[in-house]
Amino acid sequence: MVEHPEASLAQTAATLAAVHKQTTVAHAHSACRWVLRCAAAVTPELAPALGCPLPMTINTATTASERAALMLGPDEWLLLAPEAEGAALDTAFAETLSGYPHSLVDVAHRQEALVLEGPRAELVLNAGVPLDLDITAFQVGTATRTLFDKAEIVLWRTGADSFRIETARSLLPYLRAMLAEVLTELSAE
Amino acid sequence: MSVARTPDGGRIDRSQVLRFRFDDSNLTGHPGDTLASALLANGIHLAGRSFKYHRPRGILAAGAEEPNALVTISRGGGRVTPNLRATQVELYEGLVATSQNHWPSLRYDAGAINDALPDGLLSAGFYYKTFMAPAGAWAGLYEPLIRRAAGLGEAPTQPDPDHYAHRYAFCDVLVVGAGAAGLAAALAAARAGRRVILADEQAELGGGLLAETALVDGIAAADWVAQTVAELSAAGVTLLPRAQAFGVYLQNFVGLAERVTDHQMVPHPKAPRERLWKVRAGQVVLATGAIEQPLVFPDNDRPGIMLAGAARSYALRWGVRPGTRAVVLAACDSGHAAAIDLAQAGVSIVAIVDPRADGDGAGAAASRAAGLTVRGPAVITGTSGRLRVNAVTVAPLRPDGGTGPAETLACDLVLMAGGFVPAVHLFSQARGTLRFDAERALYVPGDPVPGIHTAGACNGAFGIAAALADGFTAGAAAAGTVAAEPAPAVTGEIVPRGSWRGALPHGRDPRRVKAFVDFQNDVTARDIGLAVQEGFRSIEHVKRYTTTGMATDQGKTSNMNGLAIAAAALGRPVPEVGLTTFRPPYTPVTFGTLAGPSRGPLFDPVRETPAHAWAQAQGAVFEDVGAWKRARAFPHAGEDLHAAAARECRAVRDAAGLFDASTLGKIEVCGPDAATFLERLYTNSWASLAPGRCRYGLMLSEAGFVMDDGVVGRLAPDRFHVTTTTGGAARVLAHMEDYLQTEFTDLTVWLTSTTEQWAVIAVQGPRARDVLAPLVAGTDLSEAAMPHMSVRTCHVAGVPARLFRVSFTGELGFEVNVPAGHGLAVWEALHAAGQAFGLTPYGTDAMHVLRAEKGYVIVGQETDGTVTPDDLGLGRMIGRGKADFVGRRSLSRPDMLRPDRKQLVGLLTEDPHALLQEGAQVTAQATPVRGTAALGHVTSSYASPTLDRSIALALVANGRARMGKTLYVPMPGGAQAVTVVAPVFLDPGGSRLHG
Repeated sequence: MVEHPEASLAQTAATLAAVHKQTTVAHAHSACRWVLRCAAAVTPELAPALGCPLPMTINTATTASERAALMLGPDEWLLLAPEAEGAALDTAFAETLSGYPHSLVDVAHRQEALVLEGPRAELVLNAGVPLDLDITAFQVGTATRTLFDKAEIVLWRTGADSFRIETARSLLPYLRAMLAEVLTELSAE
Repeated sequence: MSVARTPDGGRIDRSQVLRFRFDDSNLTGHPGDTLASALLANGIHLAGRSFKYHRPRGILAAGAEEPNALVTISRGGGRVTPNLRATQVELYEGLVATSQNHWPSLRYDAGAINDALPDGLLSAGFYYKTFMAPAGAWAGLYEPLIRRAAGLGEAPTQPDPDHYAHRYAFCDVLVVGAGAAGLAAALAAARAGRRVILADEQAELGGGLLAETALVDGIAAADWVAQTVAELSAAGVTLLPRAQAFGVYLQNFVGLAERVTDHQMVPHPKAPRERLWKVRAGQVVLATGAIEQPLVFPDNDRPGIMLAGAARSYALRWGVRPGTRAVVLAACDSGHAAAIDLAQAGVSIVAIVDPRADGDGAGAAASRAAGLTVRGPAVITGTSGRLRVNAVTVAPLRPDGGTGPAETLACDLVLMAGGFVPAVHLFSQARGTLRFDAERALYVPGDPVPGIHTAGACNGAFGIAAALADGFTAGAAAAGTVAAEPAPAVTGEIVPRGSWRGALPHGRDPRRVKAFVDFQNDVTARDIGLAVQEGFRSIEHVKRYTTTGMATDQGKTSNMNGLAIAAAALGRPVPEVGLTTFRPPYTPVTFGTLAGPSRGPLFDPVRETPAHAWAQAQGAVFEDVGAWKRARAFPHAGEDLHAAAARECRAVRDAAGLFDASTLGKIEVCGPDAATFLERLYTNSWASLAPGRCRYGLMLSEAGFVMDDGVVGRLAPDRFHVTTTTGGAARVLAHMEDYLQTEFTDLTVWLTSTTEQWAVIAVQGPRARDVLAPLVAGTDLSEAAMPHMSVRTCHVAGVPARLFRVSFTGELGFEVNVPAGHGLAVWEALHAAGQAFGLTPYGTDAMHVLRAEKGYVIVGQETDGTVTPDDLGLGRMIGRGKADFVGRRSLSRPDMLRPDRKQLVGLLTEDPHALLQEGAQVTAQATPVRGTAALGHVTSSYASPTLDRSIALALVANGRARMGKTLYVPMPGGAQAVTVVAPVFLDPGGSRLHG
């Protein structure tokens, strides 16, 4: 069990499982983030700007070319993109949405993300996440707001053995320390 | 070899010898032993002293129900655990165990004097009686004595160096207990393809099958266990030995306490000592077995007197002869089974004494066939032997209930077979009702509970064959199928049949004998009789008066006997006397297991602002505000906090100060109806607020009291930047969402928390504009272009920013909001740029003083949930033209309009340097007559460096009408005379706001 400093947003279990036999936690690259709130009917308009269709099923995510959309509520999406694309996307979103009632709020700095990967990722998460993470119950592409012990997180399964965890900036040290504790504990097994 | 070890057999590894220590003795055992089996193998029964009478006590049981053999296990370095049941402690090389509850030693205990005290002195409810008389004796005499004597074991004094883990787990079927019924249930569920977890508290799965001579499916019971466990493992079943299911909570949420390393000589340093499994199960099968009950006869508690089933387990599972000459008191056929197997193991069976009138059944027949002597109906009327039983008196039991002439039989082991009681604890915790089976005198699970199944002995299905069949049925039902195949055949078992509940007749003076019901709390049959005699009718009251069933074992071996004795004394049937409630945990759970990783630095998240590291490097002193760390002050070398705050205050008033306000709650309110939404939630008006302007907002609860405040900036017609207090952020967002989702569904508006998106840096003071201007691009900071209470988007130090012209100090001020990731860099840039102007970082201590000098309130300090806007002098904040807002109706209630409501005022002490205590009462007289209500209280009090005197804010009844009047504030050093003044001490005209 080791910690890796950086892992990109789009790296999935498929690519990483071959590289790492172990379960690792890494700080994700900086990203742009927006909370989009609007009527579901509006979201198809945004897909061309984002370059990725927005999911229409709550607690699922869609991805395309390093961008992602997570549907976290009936009228709520978390949009993610690489940091460098932020300004351009901001403009494109604003133009697309201007005719519709909506709320688009930049939360790039509100959150940080960790990438957890490896064969024991489920076990690590279930030390603090009170959800059934079995692949049949929490499939690849599932994304939900939940808790890791006392930290509110957004948990997104990006691959069979990989998860992205979004949490509030100030809760990141706590979450990292908790995950490190669990990885240490599991290393004894 | 140890003195009492059988030559072969048992599930211990005789090839390895483990050394261990018990009190002062160095002893040996084998892998597979428990501490209890190893002690018995060394011929040791004396394991502890009893709670109240300090009577010598031996090992009674072989499992979780053990009431007597409580030991302290010490691993050194703070790893001390008291009150562990020796029957559950697995032996490892170097184990150090000590017995408890004695002084100076286990063999010679001064406390045993209690046993010789006159009759009744320590009987049921004795401590209640000490409350009554003589007056004062409780506090001065009895309480200290009882407190010193009470308690089991000694609490560890050092911090626990071990760590503990938590894990959530999910399954279709959770099977609790891996005896015959549990294994069968797990098999049935696994064969149906379900996700199964099988948990058992013991080190080895198998339960009673591990101490059994019967054949299952034509092979030895233990071999059938091995075969079954292999199949379950291959089917992917999660097998959890050493995992006690201690609590069943709502919706099949089950707590399991797994002992991960306690059985290891040298645990892996990174392994947790224990792990709490929080299991959410689709279906639960409770296969928790049954607990054999002792029999209640005089002096039934001497070391060497134990449960028959336990003795049988020691012989068959651990290869131990728990004695050489045994008398078996068999009210259940389990006594016969034990006698036969112990005889086989080389124990001489002196006699099997059966008190039952109908005792002559299959068990007795088997005993006779094995050449053993069976006497009955007969009872044991007494025992002798100080530290170990050495004889019993046996008397025939006459049909009228009396006893015949007694005969003394020498022995060193007495077995009690009182019949089994289903372990319905977890079923009862799951809200299952129990049904009294009058024929067998026991409680069994009654009406089914959805999602909960019971199987085997805990369901009243005694015997291996019955348990297997019941287990397959329950497992299949839990899996939603029907058992596919018949349960395996069982041959050669003696099915437990029969019981005796309550005290056995003994024909002796009841005042001169102690026949124990509850071994752990030292409650005798006579105590229960006494409780009934003193008027207690319900078992719940009898329990509390006598403490029967209230020890750490929760009456596992005493409840049914206690109940039967109470019922007999009351002359009522058992169900009418009631049954006490089973509560979690089933067995004690360590605090460490429940706390898990949540201790030390991981106890709670510690939230730090983006500039925290800078503040820390500057030597800032921090305070906790909610989960946040905020800098109180930045003391220079040689400065105390007070001096630092005073210097920081002066810097803000004279030049400029830099303040980290990042913890303020921030909510982005967006949508076409955003302004309407704010109109409804805040007291003041928002529709009229132009984009680019800010307004101070006051939020009320429905009751009309101030609940939060903050500055709100309008960024665009449909976008507001709302700020809240640091502590109120989450509450305000929840309050807003609640209204939005349940009351204001007509509005199109959305809320997004942005507290952590923005680092907020306040630049305050007459030179604030000078400090800031060179770093700002994209907006004009001049008074004309950017007046007080305005907001601009611009760049600060090259970073996109929302710049607010606001003040919580009364000075010219700005608040720079930048994306949090840039917070530290912008802070450092501002700090550097400000050096030429005397810019000084200031903390919350200075902030408090600065705002109090201006009479700015802090919600939660000036308010306490009973304060209206008018009480604060903020009546002008009520939008007169507004149709409605949350709390408006409440403001017109008569009580809210009373002229004598407490109102915010300033207080100036006669002695300008006397500092009032915050929270002190305000009174009309210096020495008020006792019973006089106070006029109010001091809410804030500081030494003001700017005014060179103390200032205070207070809520005082009808305060605004008392301006200039003298009131008093009683303090420890005498009352302080104070003058009531307006709550603005500095610059009432507000000219400083403009620099």
